[in-house]
Amino acid sequence: MTYIPISPTEREAMLAAIGVKKVEDLFKDVPAKHRFPKLDLPPALTEMEAAASLEGWASGNETTRDLVSFLGAGAYNHYIPAAVDHILRRGEFYTAYTPYQPEISQGTLQAIFEYQSLVAALTGMEVSNASHYDGATAVAESVNLAYANFRGKRTKVVISPTVHPQYRATLRTYTQGMGLELAGDDSQADLEAGPEAIASLVDDNTALVVVQYPDFFGRIHDYTQLVVTAHARGALVCVAANPTALALLKTPGAMGADIVVGEGQPLGIPLSFGGPYLGFFTTRKQYIHKMAGRLVGETVDNRGQRAYVLTLTAREQHIKRERATSNICTNQGLMALASAVYLALLGQAGLRQVAELCYHKAHYAAERLGKIPGFGLCFSSPYFHEFSLCCPRPVEEVNAHLLEHGILGGYDLGRDYPALKDHMLLAFTEMNSRDEIDYLVEVLSEVSHD
Amino acid sequence: MTEGQIVEPTLFELSSAGRRGVTFPDLDVPRAGLPESLLRPDLPLPELGEVDVVRHYMRLSKFNYSVDGGFYPLGSCTMKYNPKVNEDAARLPGFAFVHPLQPIETAQGALGLMFEMQEWLKEISGFSAVTLQPAAGAHGELTGVLIMRAYHQSSGDAKRVKMLIPDSAHGTNPASSGVVGMQIAQIPSDERGNVDLAALKAQCDETVAGLMLTNPNTLGLFDENLEEVIKAVHACGGLVYGDGANLNALLGVLRPSDVGIDVMHFNLHKTFSTPHGGGGPGSGPVGVAAHLADFLPTPLIGIIEAGQGDTPPLYGYVTPKKTIGRVKAFHGHFGMIIRAYTYIAMHGPDGLRAISEYAVLNANYLRARLNKTYHLPHDRICMHEFVAEGRFEGSDVRALDIAKRLMDYNFHPPTNYFPLIVHEALMIEPTETENKDTLDRFADVMIQIAQEARTDPDLLHNAPHNTPFGRMDEVKAARELVLCCWLPEDYEK
Repeated sequence: MTYIPISPTEREAMLAAIGVKKVEDLFKDVPAKHRFPKLDLPPALTEMEAAASLEGWASGNETTRDLVSFLGAGAYNHYIPAAVDHILRRGEFYTAYTPYQPEISQGTLQAIFEYQSLVAALTGMEVSNASHYDGATAVAESVNLAYANFRGKRTKVVISPTVHPQYRATLRTYTQGMGLELAGDDSQADLEAGPEAIASLVDDNTALVVVQYPDFFGRIHDYTQLVVTAHARGALVCVAANPTALALLKTPGAMGADIVVGEGQPLGIPLSFGGPYLGFFTTRKQYIHKMAGRLVGETVDNRGQRAYVLTLTAREQHIKRERATSNICTNQGLMALASAVYLALLGQAGLRQVAELCYHKAHYAAERLGKIPGFGLCFSSPYFHEFSLCCPRPVEEVNAHLLEHGILGGYDLGRDYPALKDHMLLAFTEMNSRDEIDYLVEVLSEVSHD
Repeated sequence: MTEGQIVEPTLFELSSAGRRGVTFPDLDVPRAGLPESLLRPDLPLPELGEVDVVRHYMRLSKFNYSVDGGFYPLGSCTMKYNPKVNEDAARLPGFAFVHPLQPIETAQGALGLMFEMQEWLKEISGFSAVTLQPAAGAHGELTGVLIMRAYHQSSGDAKRVKMLIPDSAHGTNPASSGVVGMQIAQIPSDERGNVDLAALKAQCDETVAGLMLTNPNTLGLFDENLEEVIKAVHACGGLVYGDGANLNALLGVLRPSDVGIDVMHFNLHKTFSTPHGGGGPGSGPVGVAAHLADFLPTPLIGIIEAGQGDTPPLYGYVTPKKTIGRVKAFHGHFGMIIRAYTYIAMHGPDGLRAISEYAVLNANYLRARLNKTYHLPHDRICMHEFVAEGRFEGSDVRALDIAKRLMDYNFHPPTNYFPLIVHEALMIEPTETENKDTLDRFADVMIQIAQEARTDPDLLHNAPHNTPFGRMDEVKAARELVLCCWLPEDYEK
């Protein structure tokens, strides 16, 4: 009866009004032999007991607060200003539904409109939708846009092996019924090859080229020439970008990309063991009718006030039904709000400061780590806040040693790339002090001496 | 801006060059050279102080209607109260700061909770296996349809490309099948609101991949021939997908697997009280019967080493043998899973059954109170929701007008114009978390509005009157397509 505010007397009055004797009488359409099964679940807890139980589970984890963390690989440990969560905890925001009734949903609608504007500014693109589930599904949905754009007549997608392995896996899942040829999705490919190798795979049947920026190994490539090559063949280009890096780096929009997507988690969203995060999705106006997801546009109400509504809804699943580009309905509304509040609080100076802190700390770490005997940096390209470190021993052993010293080590690249056995991907953010980096160097130096 | 208007400036309009909100500690390492050719020339984000930002969003929040603010009888959306302890639980530092790629030994709390949640959802639904990975209901549908497709293909049955979808199913079902390349055959409803059995059987052949069944359906009705419907699909070799969006009527009432449903998604953001967040995030776990378990997305949470005595088991990741692959990065919407877990823990088996009993009681009570004033196309006992027609003989008042007028009385309107099979549909789902006084006030207002429709139809045509904003010019929005804030001139380079 936890959240049911009806007294026994009221229940009896309601049953009488309905014209039945007891609650069970309302369930006569349910097959009798299966009706009211006994559920073998633990007995109900009070709020006090439940809170304690949850504290118990939570205490079973070691977190990025308890440990010194250098783990990234698609989810990043950034500082989240206190005001972000205070705004998210407004019941007016988090207990509202999708803003289908604009007269009483202007808070959500304007917040999304501003989110769209912030993301467009960050990526250098013309339009953003109201969000996708995460970076991986946003990449997968970019294929749907391109496929629809060519009305299914182009059936090849080129994807760089340096796109996040889980994004590529998600894309493979999404496209398994579409009869597409996936080129470049090869973890054994030459990982030093650069954008030219991807460009060489593009042909007249290519609908879309997908690259990551910075790539999965943290490297920064200028994709301008790749875009020129792809466009010459009539193909579209999707860039999956890290939003923090975009505070500093040339935008994919400026490189000519047609679609820019990415994982918005670095923008004020807690790690939370992988979700909920935020997929952002932007494109150029000419592709807007093929873009999936909700879209907020400016208008006026019948009193002449500036206001916002969900627009171009005829693209979406509830109207276009089986001919829709995507089936997405519920998206990441509150996470989009979190990222907008984060961007508003940091502003251009704050976000740029975070990006620079990440960049310089990573470069300081690389400089020091590369000098430890037995360790080495494996790529020479420019990088942002992540890089691959070659270790003298299996990554699992190195990480176990680090963990004994309270350090959460890097991602084991050998899991996804056979050629990168004994390589770990390390990430650095504003959360890592110089002392922490020096400590990492110290502890890793022990590994090389062992 | 005209006097009396309440428009809130955008973040970009509020911006003033040089203002700062948050700052970070100074750089404590040497500066490295930046890659000059790869830098952006400018960053056109607004510049605001923290108080500017907080007040902006505080003012915006006041323009929103919410469950915390009032009654939200939005059919098929299950806008129940979102318990506050759930919010605190999800924010515990031991959860919020765990990285998804940590070694499993350091994340046993998170993995153990997820494992137990899989077990609980299995018990509630009767299924053999559950994945928590899908991000929302429609994402769960996509996962389910991919599983059905993979099952048929692994049986060498590649010709099964037809998905049967009743016209009383949820709106996302056709798109979820369509994006996977299925062909859709729509099945009509019969006079009592059930799946038309004869029409269904006529479609059941060797090309059927399956049926996507919403039960209770979007009319709020439990299919009186449920077992026959399922039998017909199974007889032709098809699978039955259960759309779990309406599970709030069935907790402790019916385990979908017991009647032969093969695969179903759960909406944690409907049935299990996680907040809707103004459009998301949701969470759409999928349960499957034993014959589909090998096809679930990877990874599932499993026991890697059994526990012994006081030693708990070691939880970790397991890959199903014939997995369809990943449907997203990492392991699902963990934050939402914590909230739903807390909710189930606080209800226990009897509490869960009470949820559905009272959800159905509340819906039938409102149905009884509105019957006759509003035409009910299917006048029989409903489940957790029901559909009324928002029109009156001899009046040009429409469902939309009634919906907008309800806002003047500080109620959120019901879902309108869905399901498509009822003219001027008003789909009403009160949920179990409303008291009788609220239901009575809502019924009184609905009856009053029916009266107004006769005496003063323009009052409805022009509604709402008492809300901060009036009806919107949707044509202008679609024609002009202003989708971004105006950027000050010095940003345009």
